Amino acid sequence: MTLAEMILASHSHREKVAPGEFLDVDIDMVLSNDITGPIAIKEFTKIGLERVFDPQKVVMVPDHFTPNKDIASAEQAKMVREFCNQQGCHYFEVGRVGIEHVLLHEQGLVLPGEVIIGADSHTCTYGALGAFATGMGSTDIATAMATGKIWMKVPPTIRFNYHGTPGRWVSGKDYILYAIGDIGVDGALYSVMEFGGEAIDNLSLEGRFTMANMAIEAGAKAGLFYADQKTVEYASSRTERSFTVYKPDPCAEYARVIEYDVSDIEPQVAFPHLPSNTRPVSQAGNIKIDQSVIGSCTNGRIEDLRVAASVMEGKEVDHRVRCIIIPGSQDVYLQALKEGLIETFIRSGCSVSTPTCGPCLGGHMGILASGEKAIATTNRNFVGRMGSPKSEVYLSNPAVAAASALTGRITSPENL
Amino acid sequence: MISGRVYKYGDNVDTDAIIPARYLNVSDPAELAVHCMEDIDVNFAGKVQAGDIIMAGANFGCGSSREHAPLCISAAGVSCVIACTFARIFFRNAINIGLALLECPEAVENTSDGDRLEVELETGNIRNLSTGKIFEARPYPEFMRGIIKSGGLIQYTRQQLSARQE
Ligand code: SF4
Repeated sequence: MTLAEMILASHSHREKVAPGEFLDVDIDMVLSNDITGPIAIKEFTKIGLERVFDPQKVVMVPDHFTPNKDIASAEQAKMVREFCNQQGCHYFEVGRVGIEHVLLHEQGLVLPGEVIIGADSHTCTYGALGAFATGMGSTDIATAMATGKIWMKVPPTIRFNYHGTPGRWVSGKDYILYAIGDIGVDGALYSVMEFGGEAIDNLSLEGRFTMANMAIEAGAKAGLFYADQKTVEYASSRTERSFTVYKPDPCAEYARVIEYDVSDIEPQVAFPHLPSNTRPVSQAGNIKIDQSVIGSCTNGRIEDLRVAASVMEGKEVDHRVRCIIIPGSQDVYLQALKEGLIETFIRSGCSVSTPTCGPCLGGHMGILASGEKAIATTNRNFVGRMGSPKSEVYLSNPAVAAASALTGRITSPENL
Repeated sequence: MISGRVYKYGDNVDTDAIIPARYLNVSDPAELAVHCMEDIDVNFAGKVQAGDIIMAGANFGCGSSREHAPLCISAAGVSCVIACTFARIFFRNAINIGLALLECPEAVENTSDGDRLEVELETGNIRNLSTGKIFEARPYPEFMRGIIKSGGLIQYTRQQLSARQE
């Protein structure tokens, strides 16, 4: 069996499962946020139960429009807060909160071998830990909060093997953008992307979170990695709970196996308006930018800030550019502060924000006007994603976003 | 039997196009419906009439997990969405809240924006009244028909829970 099949079999009390089967799956963690939580709460109430199935397995993270950007979002955040207080489930208030998909693994709330569902499409991020994690809608989440179970169809798995040694500025972001550019935004529709190969063994955990995060951008249900020694150490350092590590069978059946050599992969830029619209940065041409955003659940971790700071150290952001840095969580923020990264950013002329999704979804903290262009380390560049429907978003890794902030046009750090 | 005018779009219509995130500080379907499809078709909410049909190419509803997307389509009065394929989370959400979806690439290929269709959900039969052509959509898997028959996932769960108690 593939990694996904093993985890799903173990959570549906079966010896074996195969693609296409419908299962009733036990859930280890149910997630929602300040946008999807309110609908989930309303639907949960309709089911007619007083209590969630297990408050220790329910978490709500107000991260999208918080600190509350207006009255309407304050009302939504209030609803989530009150529900969590009343139910006793996990909740993180502003001051402790981070972007959900940076926060949950830091807090040890999601672990290898678990099944996690979230009313947020980027719930697939936890696949980096070797968990089966997938996004669903609020009604599915309401049902799971009530019963601790959810129906799933076993997806086929596509295996991606990354070989070779990457260039200096090439990161997990580039590996995944390259794959999405190759297979398209529906290239893995209804499937699992399973990642492996020696370039993945050598990739940091941060890089794996970035890759798993964007599996949904290829239409995938989940993006999974085998939990190696690095992962096991990371997870054990964050929880007392025990967990199981699954390893895909050598004879697992894959729908497709795709091989890449990372020495062929340059830093990638996804042009508007699809994440699959990728080009190597050397072929980006002359694109002037108005804003550079470094953060989000894709690239708001400490390694991302380290890379960006190393590019910016002692240099200044172009005077026509707004560079917005958003650490993904309070832990990341504090670590960046200790390492002097925040000082580097501020000296270079960046704005540094408290953790929030903010501009990533066109919420607040850096909305684009019509005709404006931004480079961002986020995961989506759909029409209107960061503001005006007439604005444009280019996706890249943190090094390219930092270099571009310095020059005012899309730039490879190679060329500084 | 459903009957309505077709609003036709291309491939990869994403959830930010269906309902931009800037409007997600509310969750009331009627308020959301006013902005339905706004970023790819500014006038959609103003011109769509009860019963009308959205038609699209591959991967309709890709992107975020926001249930606000099928909710606002349904609240705008749209009776069903016909596409070549649907994105996974959107598909689940629509079934869960009772918005009808039909996968039928042949119908998409042979229908133009503005055509009138008649759709029979039980059988998946689609008749293009403007051209006279008839198509057949793929049926839902058995398991999902159970959810649809119960009137959505919440009803289905209530039934399951009360069956368990008995
Ligand atoms: S950072 Fe962006 S993609 Fe990630 S959860 Fe927030 S809005 Fe979604």
